[in-house]
Amino acid sequence: MATSAMFILDLKGKTIISRNYRGDVDMTAIDKFITLLMEKEEEGSAAPVLTYQDTNFVFIKHTNIYLVSACRSNVNVTMILSFLYKCVEVFSEYFKDVEEESIRDNFVVIYELLDEMMDFGFPQTTESRILQEYITQEGQKLVSAPRPPMAVTNAVSWRSEGIKYRKNEVFLDVIESVNMLASANGTVLQSEIVGSVKMRVYLTGMPELRLGLNDKVLFEGSGRGKSKSVELEDVKFHQCVRLSRFDTDRTISFIPPDGAFELMSYRLTTVVKPLIWIETSIERHSHSRVSFIIKAKSQFKRRSTANNVEIIIPVPSDADSPKFKTSIGSVKYTPEQSAFVWTIKSFPGGKEYLLTAHLSLPSVMSEESEGRPPIKVKFEIPYFTTSGIQVRYLKIIEKSGYQALPWVRYITQNGEYEMRMK
Amino acid sequence: MTDSKYFTTTKKGEIFELKNELNSDKKEKKKEAVKKVIASMTVGKDVSALFPDVVNCMQTDNVELKKLVYLYLMNYAKSQPDLAIMAVNTFVKDCEDPNPLIRALAVRTMGCIRVEKITEYLCDPLRRCMKDEDPYVRKTAAVCVAKLHDMNPTLVKDQGFVELLNDLLSDANPMVVANAVAALTEMNEQQTVIEVNSQMVNKLLTALNECTEWGQVFILDALAGYTPRDERETQNICERISPRLAHANAAVVLSTVKVLMKLIDMMPADSDFITQLTKKLAPPMVTLLSAEPEIQYVALRNINLIVQKRPDILKQEMKVFFVKYNDPIYVKMEKLDIMIRLAQQNNISQVLSELKEYATEVDVDFVRKSVRAIGRCAIKVETSSERCVQTLLELIQTKVNYVVQEAVVVIKDIFRKYPNRYESIISALCENLDTLDEPEARASMIWIIGEYAERIDNADELLESFVEGFHDENTQVQLQLLTAVVKLFLKRPGVAQTLVQRVLSLATQDSDNPDLRDRGFIYWRLLSADPAAAKNVVLTEKPLISEETDLLEPSLLEQLVCHIGTLASVYHKPPSAFIDPAKAPLRQINPIPTAKFGSSLLDTSSATSASRNGSSAPTVIPSQDQVIADLLSLDLNAPATSANTGGFGGAMTGTSSMGGLDDLLGLGGDSLPAATTNVSSNNPFDSLAGLGMPSSVPAAQQPASIGGLAEIFGSGSFGGSTGVTYPKEMWLDASRAMGMQVEGTFVRRNGKIFMEMTITNKAMQAISGFALQFNKNSFGLIPVEQLNPSPLLPNQSQNVSFQFIFSSDNLFFI
Repeated sequence: MATSAMFILDLKGKTIISRNYRGDVDMTAIDKFITLLMEKEEEGSAAPVLTYQDTNFVFIKHTNIYLVSACRSNVNVTMILSFLYKCVEVFSEYFKDVEEESIRDNFVVIYELLDEMMDFGFPQTTESRILQEYITQEGQKLVSAPRPPMAVTNAVSWRSEGIKYRKNEVFLDVIESVNMLASANGTVLQSEIVGSVKMRVYLTGMPELRLGLNDKVLFEGSGRGKSKSVELEDVKFHQCVRLSRFDTDRTISFIPPDGAFELMSYRLTTVVKPLIWIETSIERHSHSRVSFIIKAKSQFKRRSTANNVEIIIPVPSDADSPKFKTSIGSVKYTPEQSAFVWTIKSFPGGKEYLLTAHLSLPSVMSEESEGRPPIKVKFEIPYFTTSGIQVRYLKIIEKSGYQALPWVRYITQNGEYEMRMK
Repeated sequence: MTDSKYFTTTKKGEIFELKNELNSDKKEKKKEAVKKVIASMTVGKDVSALFPDVVNCMQTDNVELKKLVYLYLMNYAKSQPDLAIMAVNTFVKDCEDPNPLIRALAVRTMGCIRVEKITEYLCDPLRRCMKDEDPYVRKTAAVCVAKLHDMNPTLVKDQGFVELLNDLLSDANPMVVANAVAALTEMNEQQTVIEVNSQMVNKLLTALNECTEWGQVFILDALAGYTPRDERETQNICERISPRLAHANAAVVLSTVKVLMKLIDMMPADSDFITQLTKKLAPPMVTLLSAEPEIQYVALRNINLIVQKRPDILKQEMKVFFVKYNDPIYVKMEKLDIMIRLAQQNNISQVLSELKEYATEVDVDFVRKSVRAIGRCAIKVETSSERCVQTLLELIQTKVNYVVQEAVVVIKDIFRKYPNRYESIISALCENLDTLDEPEARASMIWIIGEYAERIDNADELLESFVEGFHDENTQVQLQLLTAVVKLFLKRPGVAQTLVQRVLSLATQDSDNPDLRDRGFIYWRLLSADPAAAKNVVLTEKPLISEETDLLEPSLLEQLVCHIGTLASVYHKPPSAFIDPAKAPLRQINPIPTAKFGSSLLDTSSATSASRNGSSAPTVIPSQDQVIADLLSLDLNAPATSANTGGFGGAMTGTSSMGGLDDLLGLGGDSLPAATTNVSSNNPFDSLAGLGMPSSVPAAQQPASIGGLAEIFGSGSFGGSTGVTYPKEMWLDASRAMGMQVEGTFVRRNGKIFMEMTITNKAMQAISGFALQFNKNSFGLIPVEQLNPSPLLPNQSQNVSFQFIFSSDNLFFI
């Protein structure tokens, strides 16, 4: 049912750290891991789950390490994968970059964490803020041994008591990422908005928070169907939110963790006009040159402005001698990603810009066929949400009765924003 | 200075040096030394020689040092069991430490030391810790019970830990409840120690709202194993867990989906409640597709199951499965599978244009699968077949070698679904004849030529060019070639006279392959004995291939839906197929004492067969011939046979898509009425048998020592008593026999031995052509008459009973 052992491997498959939780797997089986993975990659069937004899490996790759869980019963794979990602998250809170060198540098604390975060293969406490209260890197400096914080076993396992701030503040960031996929002939195949409400909480004590959004279900239920509201297709909450409460009356109520965290994420598939639309016309003269005419249009309201717009146009990998002409922004050829990038620092709504590009092609064609990567666009539009979601209120109640100010910020940015090329 | 310094000392007397440092008086030095030891251990050096010195450092007030020593102990205690006892005192002492962190640490570590002798000492401290005032200690103790159970289940029962664990299930602290339920679920997997009842379920549902995300997973997984008493309770559980679908943790979401999917089945299908509930399921699953790629993969494998079980849930969501350029290849492949499953008339044009796009990508495997997918769409959605064929033709024009080959294979399937509709494209295919170098593509092309021999002017030349290199071809191609040439001969005797003789002689005289030889002989005899009959046989009308060729068999699907989120759901195999039998949980002991022997015997055999079958466990619906292949070698579950069956079934899958089989299939069906009375199926082996030709089916020879029989003798009731009927036992489980389930028992009536069987068809196709083979056995029993039930339609079952007599001929001497 649970993980039998955990391994952290370098890219060559050498074990950096291992922890045997159940003593029922052959700990040398891990030596076969990398060969097995290579074989599967060769076959084109590399999946995050591998089998070697009667051991199953479930793994993720992060920077230059593999985190592998070995197990031999019918384990809950989803739980293991989530746990591995959680490990990376916790490690990075402890020592920032999680990679081969930092793992070696911090092996003592990693052993301690692995011991605390998982017992007999069952995930336990994985809240890094709570762990940091009693697993410290400089444990030897403490005069008296630390005790497990109450929060470890409390119903509120993500916040400790007795937090104090002189100035009580809450920052809310509503960030919407637009995923869009358009076909080469210009039809939008798929478009969705993945939103996220991130919080930075600097509040004293154990505050009770209630967040009000212009949620359509809520509005209709309370007879305010006419005011502007948003229909959220699917919502996911941080574990601090009382899910059953939300299920009954759509109230988002919670005791927040301290500091920064993602409170909720939501998804909606509304058909919106693509915010930035790219039209290309390409002339290919094989063996000699290729020329592009790129038209970029901003299709949002005039009073908004997109910042740091980057339009990435892929070109054949053997192209050279690029020549660009444009009235705005700058263009850079980046052969390492076989593309050129058109950067426009500030792109107001309702505008249209042009770029022409010429590149030479070698007279000898390369044998390998290349994929056709899509055009990608990166952008940020502040003070604007595509969905129209709004924070109506954030109520903060704490028994000491202090006043705290919530600050709200909205931003729309690109998610996977791709347009296929002809 | 970082920890990495501890890795870097490789002077000669390293161990000696460490030993000195470990015994140093200075605390700092001691600790540094222990860190060095752990570092050596981490890189795989054997530092077990330092065991006594490290254990000496155990009694310290420094928690960090203590943890390191404990870590060392866990690693080496097994190799030094006698020395490990030294540590027991400190453990016991630490279990009473005023600091709960230390108490928990001690009990946690002690449980991880898998040394028999230590377990005795563990009991008292553990019992105390389970009643500790601090929940942190109690939650650790709860897990420790599972550890102890893993080493010594009887000890757990005898020492009353089961009851203590039961108490923890009602603990006021949600974290303790969660760990207790995790421990319990694990122990129950081996044998039921505490039955999950509705009272407990209520407690769990309350704790669900308060415990950590992992605790929620433990609770939901435990709930998945519970069967509610009535509809009201079912509905109540659904209502209380469905808010979990909004949890940010993917594991919580998938475990919730698992429980809901199971419970939905228990309620009346058309109720409003179900409609509401299924509506809630789609959005969270779609959201999982924005998770990390590995989690996406698991989600997609599970969605594949859910789409098969309840196609309605995601039928509107086609677009979210469109492949993105940067998706990892394993995600792309799974998305493709789901796209085909969701393809319908109303979205087919979108799907097709996507597939066409994918077919021009660069990843070979992905492109191949996309081309195949186009073919599957044609077969699934008839109105789209025209466009699919057109698209395939365009792809063939690209002349990309692997695209062409793949296209040929799927066009063959399209011909098998829509005969005589798209022959116009044959000429385009023939143009690419010489680029085909893969056996499957060659075989497909040859099948097409043979099938449409009368419309291809130069069919004889084309086939002749293949015959040139007959011996270099793969068996699949050879068989195909043989059949195609015979077809050509029957259709146009003039042009193929010499060719057919040449092929027949190549197949019968120069080949070592029994399948090829046998088929050659059949054709030969058929052609020489009665050409008209041969025509009827070879050119008979073939059954059309079915739409969905890769659906999971229903009983397996049923089982997998109960395992959503687990390895089984990723592999699409039942857990028994990949879990080592040596470590597999012991089955619950059968409550009927007389049946004990029998059931344990059967269990062992099933476990062995599962492990031997390994990768060839059934994952696709069986084609008719596979089922019968199974039946032929079915030996009521004796171990060796099932291993045979596995291998055999696997071999069959390789060839089952070939057209040539169809010819043989026709053989039994039309021309030989004598053989068809019993063998109504179109199976090559049956037909072969009917013709009196040697069959290549491996006839398994081993004693049929089934439980029931053994009991008749074992219980001493053989001679005297009459009318003792043992309940029917499962002899062959549907999930392991391509959907055929056999339950049976032996009874005595009026001094005669009867075998009674219930045969149930859980596959999606009718099963027919039953034959019973009773091998030599130690009781010398043979059936008096042949088994002759009528064909079984899906979900039908039938009781058969027949008499046995003793025959010395059939006696197997051990």
